[in-house]
Amino acid sequence: MLQTPLINFHRDSGARLVDFAGWEMPVYYEGLIKEHNYTRQHATFFDVSHMGRVEFRGDGAADLLEKLNTRRIGNMQVGQCRYSHMCREDGGILDDVIVSRLEDCFLVVCNASNREKLLGWWDRQKIGFDVTIEDKTMKTGMIAVQGPEAMETMDRFLPIDLGDLKRYHCATGRAYGADYVIARSGYTGEDGFEVIMPAHLAPTALNMLISQSAEFGRPIKPAGLGARDSLRTEAGMPLYGHELSEDWDSITAGQGWCVHLDKNFIGKETLQRVKDEGPSKTLVGFEVDSKRTPRQDAPVVNNGEQVGVITSGLASPTLGKVIAMGFVPPALSKLGTTVEIDLGRTRLPAIVVPLPFYKKPKK
Amino acid sequence: MAVPQDCKYTQTHEWFKVEGNTITVGISRFAADELTDITYVELPEIGSEVTAGEDFGEIESVKATSGLFCAVSGKVIAANERLADEPELVNDDPFGEGWMIKIECTDLSPLEKLLDAAAYEKMIAE
Repeated sequence: MLQTPLINFHRDSGARLVDFAGWEMPVYYEGLIKEHNYTRQHATFFDVSHMGRVEFRGDGAADLLEKLNTRRIGNMQVGQCRYSHMCREDGGILDDVIVSRLEDCFLVVCNASNREKLLGWWDRQKIGFDVTIEDKTMKTGMIAVQGPEAMETMDRFLPIDLGDLKRYHCATGRAYGADYVIARSGYTGEDGFEVIMPAHLAPTALNMLISQSAEFGRPIKPAGLGARDSLRTEAGMPLYGHELSEDWDSITAGQGWCVHLDKNFIGKETLQRVKDEGPSKTLVGFEVDSKRTPRQDAPVVNNGEQVGVITSGLASPTLGKVIAMGFVPPALSKLGTTVEIDLGRTRLPAIVVPLPFYKKPKK
Repeated sequence: MAVPQDCKYTQTHEWFKVEGNTITVGISRFAADELTDITYVELPEIGSEVTAGEDFGEIESVKATSGLFCAVSGKVIAANERLADEPELVNDDPFGEGWMIKIECTDLSPLEKLLDAAAYEKMIAE
């Protein structure tokens, strides 16, 4: 199994470790719900070093990324980050990524489970482009700090002014003789940032984050992949392998907002057709009237017949009710539509509700 | 991880405690920790029959839903009603207040095939 630069921290903290996409990763430290709530109320950090970090360098980098991404890349300014999808000719989603434009290159952050596949895909697609693709995943570490207290607490310790960093923007700097990238982004529905640094500095950086936030009286605590999943579900954010798959396209997955059909990219014809004809199914949110949680692949039933499928379900710690995402035919996607979710022995009544389920309170 | 000596254990982490003809059933601390925060426990109705080798209920955590395996056949004479509103009792006290059902059982022989405390401790240590 691969290990992140923070493996010793996870072990010393007594985290429950599992194999996640080939990486030995913490599911939780003290408890999933505790970590979930602490993120919503205060701030936590997540080791996200397992995610792929790949640099695209050279005169052809922007053009290649324009071809690979559903979302426009060419007009990105230095210091901007964009959530985007990459897909095949037939529209099948290869991954969802964040592309950041740095001074001297583009940085693509992808899912750990898709990194090897994408490296192969990019290698085939780059022919004819003046571009060097370098996988920096093993040489770097990545820590996400998320929660309402994240920016204020960390602003005191980091050498750059976090207040100036806008959402989905990034900055680079040098500390302790090493380059780092910090982006105001995340996967929890809270404010926060993600920082990438050389692997050997990650344990030191983490120790500083823990000790200094504690000294400040606003301890930032660890949270595992379990809370990461429950937080993103409440925030209605898609997860590859659940809401996103090679078996369907970005518009169907409810992410049409990151598809720019007025530019050229791989899969454009398919996505144009999906848009023109309308998708055969669409992603919706459900509120479930039960204490039971529907899981991925549970059938969605209408008038006794299966009409769709659940992609994610959660007994929401923040909302105190059971929520789920899933696919239904467009005709059944209107807010307020009632369906049933089949759990085998029992069927749960569910109602279509808006996504996201949770929005962070405005300050 | 030490476990109560007076129970028998399945490979799937249920415990069975015999008192006369009554068998109390729950899941081990190891299983409760693995599941993480438990959000729901589906138990059979009192008076219903459970069958050895089949599931007697289901347990849900924030992470996943799992079946609850029954090692003996018999009639359910009690189900822990507190779990309906306090499923976290299974996390807090899996061998005590987090018990699940009591079965009235005439044939205790299937329990002989289960792991004793020492064997179960060895299994979860691996």
